[in-house]
Amino acid sequence: MKMCLVVDDSRVVRKVARRILETLDFETAEAADGLEALAFCRAAMPEAVLLDWSMPVMDGLEFLRRLRKEPGGEGPVVVFCTSENDPIRIAEALEHGADEYIMKPFDGDIIEAKFAQAGLI
Amino acid sequence: MKPEDLEFVAALARNRTGMVLRGDKAFFIENRLGSLARREGLPSVPALIQRLKSEPDEALARGVAEALTIGETAFFRDRTTFERLAEDILPDLAAARGDKGLRIWCAGCSTGQEVYSLLMLIEENQARLGGVKAEILATDLSERALEKAQSGVYTQFEVQRGLPIRLLIRYFDKIDDTWRASAGLRQLPRWAPLNLTDDLRALRGFDVILCRNVLSHFDITVRSRVMEQMAMALAPDGCLVLGADEAASFPDAFEPARGGAGLYSRNPAFARAAA
Repeated sequence: MKMCLVVDDSRVVRKVARRILETLDFETAEAADGLEALAFCRAAMPEAVLLDWSMPVMDGLEFLRRLRKEPGGEGPVVVFCTSENDPIRIAEALEHGADEYIMKPFDGDIIEAKFAQAGLI
Repeated sequence: MKPEDLEFVAALARNRTGMVLRGDKAFFIENRLGSLARREGLPSVPALIQRLKSEPDEALARGVAEALTIGETAFFRDRTTFERLAEDILPDLAAARGDKGLRIWCAGCSTGQEVYSLLMLIEENQARLGGVKAEILATDLSERALEKAQSGVYTQFEVQRGLPIRLLIRYFDKIDDTWRASAGLRQLPRWAPLNLTDDLRALRGFDVILCRNVLSHFDITVRSRVMEQMAMALAPDGCLVLGADEAASFPDAFEPARGGAGLYSRNPAFARAAA
């Protein structure tokens, strides 16, 4: 079973995302900010990360930059999932190594389609 | 909704479009006609049907037929089909046609996602296609759907159905809360209203015809007639692309091609008979 780390500062969003991912046969774990997520990845690299952008302590983009420099940090497929929908910011996320990008609000169909595009399903 | 109302709407759809309503008709009709009833200032779908029954209203009847036929659609629907087009079908045909270029017909293009998918696919594969020129005809029965297709404007929800993020930011502009296909893409196809059950003799010489998830709504007689007309419209070495799971009963005009997934070529025997 593939592991997807859900990184979002909203407990509700994490819960909704986990429920969707579990129906897609992912094992899931949660982190509330980029720093927590980075600590998780250092202990065990997940196959996928569903990543919010704006979070306290460390935001999604900073997490992504640091993740890609970690040993094995090129591995995880990173899918942003954020209310940020400015094309310039989206391009910035892709330049820093994001694989796909979901604009909130999202639903199960969008997550499934985007994960399929990113080769996770 | 009364059974006679359901029958009335089903007959209207069948007579005007050849479409057969299946499954839970009441739910489908309510779902499709609700917003039309509101636009007409009517309190409910049964009231809309009552109006149609009581006085002949050509525009309203056409509106109902159109609302019933606008299908669900997504960008790059059936990924395998688009992969085959990019890797195999289009490169072969492009090489065969050379400077003449390709002629492609999207029959039943609905709100345009398929047309834009195809345009982006051609653009992204220019090297593989030898810079071939493609002439694209995009038709649909519904003028409302076609209007939306031509405008190229999609909601944030719609652009997240099947469209990879890199293609979204390369080919679409964000306008307020919506995304609009670039003028370069929008102006490429010729957009035209067309009823597939009409005489299609003017349409000839297409290298690829995409007609996906349209024919399965027709009854068997109409379907056979449309398929035969399409066989005539398709070049002898051309390719007909149907929905990936539309392997319903087809007349002898076509045979499965290139590993299936909704791909058909004109049957050589039929080509001889038609010549």
